[in-house]
Amino acid sequence: MSKPGDQRTLRGRVAVVGIGETDYYRHGTSPDPEFKLALKAILAACKDAGLDPRDIDGFSSYGDDRNEASRLAAALGTHRLRTTTMQWGGGGGGCCAAVANAAASIVAGLADCVVVFRALAQGQYGRFGQVSGIETIFGEKAYLMPYGVLAPPQRFAMKVQRYMHEHGVSQGALRAIALASYHHAQSNPRAVMHGKPLDIEKYDASRWIVEPFHLYDCCMENDGAAALVVVSEERAREFRQKPVFVLGAAMGAGHRSGAIPHNAPNYASAGFDTVAPDLYRMAGLGPSDVGTVQAYENFTGGVVMALAEHSFFEPEQANDFLTLENLTAPSGRLPLNTSGGNLAECYMHGLELVLEAVRQVRGTSTNQAERNDVALVIGGPMVTPVSNLLLGSEATL
Amino acid sequence: MSKPEMSNYLTDGLPIPMPEPDGLSAPYWNGLRENRLLVQHCSRCGAWQFSPEWICNSCHAFDPDWTEIEARGRIFSWERVWHPSHASLRQRVPYVAVLVEIPHAGSVRMVGNLLGDPLQPVRIGAAVEGCFEHHPDSSTPYSLLQWRVSSPGGKPASGIPIDRS
Repeated sequence: MSKPGDQRTLRGRVAVVGIGETDYYRHGTSPDPEFKLALKAILAACKDAGLDPRDIDGFSSYGDDRNEASRLAAALGTHRLRTTTMQWGGGGGGCCAAVANAAASIVAGLADCVVVFRALAQGQYGRFGQVSGIETIFGEKAYLMPYGVLAPPQRFAMKVQRYMHEHGVSQGALRAIALASYHHAQSNPRAVMHGKPLDIEKYDASRWIVEPFHLYDCCMENDGAAALVVVSEERAREFRQKPVFVLGAAMGAGHRSGAIPHNAPNYASAGFDTVAPDLYRMAGLGPSDVGTVQAYENFTGGVVMALAEHSFFEPEQANDFLTLENLTAPSGRLPLNTSGGNLAECYMHGLELVLEAVRQVRGTSTNQAERNDVALVIGGPMVTPVSNLLLGSEATL
Repeated sequence: MSKPEMSNYLTDGLPIPMPEPDGLSAPYWNGLRENRLLVQHCSRCGAWQFSPEWICNSCHAFDPDWTEIEARGRIFSWERVWHPSHASLRQRVPYVAVLVEIPHAGSVRMVGNLLGDPLQPVRIGAAVEGCFEHHPDSSTPYSLLQWRVSSPGGKPASGIPIDRS
């Protein structure tokens, strides 16, 4: 718990007052260009809050989002532009950090009303999962790509393989994470995989992408956009929705996690060894206080590691803890990815997970959990830097 | 010894590795072309590091020396790739990539392919020997470092150029 009088915390200082997203599409099928998607999501978030979009004075994103803040501010006709923050590196690992950077801007007095957003049109700009048009390469990729370690599935499989070897984690643990996401997507009409259920047999029969990842261990690739509006605690109750407060946020990485290629000392890790304790410390909470978890599934194996690093179980207990029953709303032990997540709702680079955590605290999820006062979001695992976020209701302050 | 050991493990058309424009990794890539494996080894503090950097991450001495090491190690992790993420690999799956740890060089790790049957069982901890795979006819000639499981008794399989320095 932060000490009384300690100003260096985000706990209870800002709230999410609006969320919005576009329709979610299979990759390459958005009828709209990426910038238009970003605008639509931002307007939807403002409408949800009951906020005039012209009052936005800050933009925060991550993953090298292409939709520049100044262009957004001009397009929206905002009265003035103050903070423009981009989380450096880590791709989807930055989805919570973007919220934290928005929160920090507000707490520091640099902005009053910050939109966090992410937009992707992979048809317009190319897919993450396919490599083409590269003739020569240097740096990290030079040590990987000539050996066929090209796209994210191949870049992360060896990390998970090592983790499974070190801790005796079974394929069934990975499978349970996929099953939970698909289970929740079936009652979420926004979900790209709504109406496409997954069961054990279908998972087991699915093709390998790269061992140890079956098809269903890998996230989708999608087009769409998502956004949320953050304001200070003092203003949080002026808006249409029940405010959802930031209880804690953390970002970063452990010692030399960026040592390429695959030379991080703590290799078989999701990267939260320092970041998870930072989060719990700021929030003054522990894993037993958490009601729901939205954990970024680039690959299911990363979720196993990330949950263990957030102290929900010891790695050696993963096979027992990770069952469909334990991971489903409303009353599982730890409802996980209750919108369907990156696997089955939409791969909106993890920002859809933050929106779902807000819905859980509001009590408006399509898979509402019984324990919903404190919602954890874990950003993209196995990258550097990573980030995470704890949200809570007014009662938790 | 001089008999070509193999054709290339993967198909042509994958991205071609090069040193950065500032030359940071040039000794490594140039070494591979001469059947030599060079790794940075700090002459001040003795730390090994790979990939290279302009500074020793341990003692902050600039421009760590390059030392030639024997290309052998053990499998730290592995993966068998079934889905081609590049058009040139469509007819070349499955294949195996390994992460090899090199204990006699500070346990630095390198990614390569595990030569042989792509369906072979792969064991973490297995001893492997390096093999230099040359691409002299590429538009930009380059060489890779591949790996194969050591033959029983720890001797490298014949025909594999292993550095003895």
